[in-house]
Amino acid sequence: MSTSGAASIGAGRTETTHGSFIGRSFERLGMLPVLIVMYLFFYGLTLYYSDDGTSNFLTTNNNMNILRQVAINLVLAAGMTFVILTAGIDLSVGSMLAVSAVLGMTMSLPDWMPAMSLPVFVAAGLVCGLVNGAMVAYFNMNPFVITLGTMTALRGAAYLLASGTTVLNNNIPSFEWLGNGDFLAVPWLIWVAAAVSVVSWFILRKTILGLHIYAVGGNPQAARLTGIKVSSILLFVYSINGLFAGIAGAMSSSRLYAANGNWGVGYELDAIAAVVLGGTSLSGGVGSIWGTVIGALIIGVMNNGLTILGLSSFWQYVAKGVVIVLAVLLDKWRQQHNLSY
Amino acid sequence: MGQVVLEMEGISKSFGATRALNGVKLTVRSHEIHALMGENGAGKSTLMKVLSGVYQPDAGIIKVDGQPIVITKPADARAAGISLIYQELSVATNLTVAENVFMGSEPRTPWGMADTAEMNRRTEEVLRTLEAPFSATTPARKLSIAQQQQVEIARALIHKGRILIMDEPTAALSDRETDALFKIVRKLRDEGIAVIYISHRMAEVNALADCVTVLRDGAYVGELAREELDPGKIVQMMVGRPLGDFYQHKTGRQIGKLVLEVSDVAGGKVRPASFQVHAGEVVGLAGLVGAGRTELARLIFGADARTGGRVVLDGTEVKINEPLDAIRLGIGYLPEDRKGQGLFLQLSALVNTSMNVLGKNARAGVINHPALRKLTRQAIDRLSIKVNGPDGIVGGLSGGNQQKVLLARWLEISPRVLLLDEPTRGVDVGAKSEIYMIINELAAQGVAVVVISSELPEVIGICDRVVVMREGVITGECTGDDINQEKIMTLATHDVRSAA
Repeated sequence: MSTSGAASIGAGRTETTHGSFIGRSFERLGMLPVLIVMYLFFYGLTLYYSDDGTSNFLTTNNNMNILRQVAINLVLAAGMTFVILTAGIDLSVGSMLAVSAVLGMTMSLPDWMPAMSLPVFVAAGLVCGLVNGAMVAYFNMNPFVITLGTMTALRGAAYLLASGTTVLNNNIPSFEWLGNGDFLAVPWLIWVAAAVSVVSWFILRKTILGLHIYAVGGNPQAARLTGIKVSSILLFVYSINGLFAGIAGAMSSSRLYAANGNWGVGYELDAIAAVVLGGTSLSGGVGSIWGTVIGALIIGVMNNGLTILGLSSFWQYVAKGVVIVLAVLLDKWRQQHNLSY
Repeated sequence: MGQVVLEMEGISKSFGATRALNGVKLTVRSHEIHALMGENGAGKSTLMKVLSGVYQPDAGIIKVDGQPIVITKPADARAAGISLIYQELSVATNLTVAENVFMGSEPRTPWGMADTAEMNRRTEEVLRTLEAPFSATTPARKLSIAQQQQVEIARALIHKGRILIMDEPTAALSDRETDALFKIVRKLRDEGIAVIYISHRMAEVNALADCVTVLRDGAYVGELAREELDPGKIVQMMVGRPLGDFYQHKTGRQIGKLVLEVSDVAGGKVRPASFQVHAGEVVGLAGLVGAGRTELARLIFGADARTGGRVVLDGTEVKINEPLDAIRLGIGYLPEDRKGQGLFLQLSALVNTSMNVLGKNARAGVINHPALRKLTRQAIDRLSIKVNGPDGIVGGLSGGNQQKVLLARWLEISPRVLLLDEPTRGVDVGAKSEIYMIINELAAQGVAVVVISSELPEVIGICDRVVVMREGVITGECTGDDINQEKIMTLATHDVRSAA
């Protein structure tokens, strides 16, 4: 079942499928080998530098840690995958997260309606996404410029809504579980990120809507001539991206029992990096959620490994940037190599 | 005919397991227009890329003026006087004509700045010999495709090109522009330049070539001199078998009741246009490039906004505001720009053929992939599409197979009306004939077909009736014995000529 859908539109960029089974599997695995190599690399390094010959990198506890740290970025990156598949971009996800976090957190205060917090988080994100989507779809404006604008404007709105301070609340029974609870010994944060990924995968691979998203990204003119309503598709991808940003806002607020206008600064870049690392083409039409999951994990493993090694955060930025460029270079080389058969 | 300036011998080139060229030879003389012919994939473009330094051959010798030379990069080819004019023009539209002509080799003033005056002067000189209707300082964005081509030719001449390679230069030109280009090519020939001319179009080769080399499947088939030029013979050499009446495809059709009635449809450059198509009929829409045929088809299909007129289907007026409306009514439109407007190149054959029947093969928006897979397999078999199964990516297919994938997309909706815009453009001879058969079969099954084509023999061969357009106006209709080249061309150009 699952492979039939993936195969028909998957592995998109390469033209050859007649290679060996191993070659084809490699193609489908995408950046997974990079993730594994990096994981083992950090395991080796932490062993090498440890005093007592044991590594605290490869432990259940630390693996959970990595996944928990990845969760929020993965939710944002899943939404970003939809947008980038249509050859768009959304720079405003970090700001949407902040607006959603501040509004939801405010709602949780005793004077407001604490029970309505979760719906408010999500609805706030969705509304922001709808605004982006409507402008891109119906005013036919460049998504980079639009979302650059909303990124700035929504950031300001988040500060204003929080009156320039931090909204604190230690008593949030309605959504405390989301950031701090476990289910079957796995944090809810991870369950939610996994659920968002599965839902995204299902939409993209199994539904007409998903196919239309690939079509619009691959060739908007042809999409229109086959009767696809291109603007509805664009509206959808920006809206779901906003919705996911709202979920991410709830996740981070719950985890920290707080929200302020500064939440999520720079998150859009991590999300875009995860999508690109996962092999999704910025020119649209090619890519997968599976790739984005790997991409987000690569970033997560790297952040975690470098921190355990005690590298300063300044060096972490440098390392992250270098790895992103190298990984994408590797991907490009791999694809060209495949093409020349 | 002059002496031999270029000899290529035993040229071989492989890409992985694919043998693109296998011991090909080509001999070109000065004062000669040498046509290089072959189906798509026969190796013409690869051979020319070897000659211009884009590819390195695995084996073989290239001699210029009898001296063996090694061409490892485009600059070597340029130094040897070999210039290639690509199918896709490479004119930078933000620069002037002279800047384009000298791009990368600008003359310098003593101060090291680009010597604009010198560039303009030398460009003007060349433009005069080409009788170009624009000047050295014209911004390139103001030029038509044909004029951009002249800029490329000027570039070749500035670099003292003695061997000029033209790859399908008329693909995007109107008839008048083509005539002008021919004049230039002949003039260059008369001045001693050797022109290698790649084309699919038999009529052009007939009109222009002094000599023809034919390739097939990456191998040299033969060379024909001017006296031996015979379209039938060339086609036979290209495909390896006689084709019989290549264009004749009108069998088993039964013209039925009126299906599509277009009355006074207007919009854009199209003046109110009316015509009718019956079930089982193939109606040609002929005219020069830019006559408004594509625009008319797009108006009917709902791709562009109509400013007036009615479309009647099976006796009832229908509302078509967007392509989806037309598709729901069973009207299909195959766009002329296959890659730009038709295909999803990065996606599979399955996606490309099923795009219009997703709804029928889905429940609550969830696609039934096994069902689509079966449909796609059937389509691949029915149209004998050479693709690596339903999951094969269409971007890597040949032009003919890509076109068949697009046709398959429309066949899936069991259309009542099919509007086919240049269905055989950029398609090789073998696939052309298959597409004609498909069109004929559709008509025989009662589909009302409209074919837009700039290739007159094709229109004449497959159409029951031909509607001719000129400058946005339908100027007439030919039926029966009136469907011939003279009649159609008169209708397509008449007023232009009398005015001139």
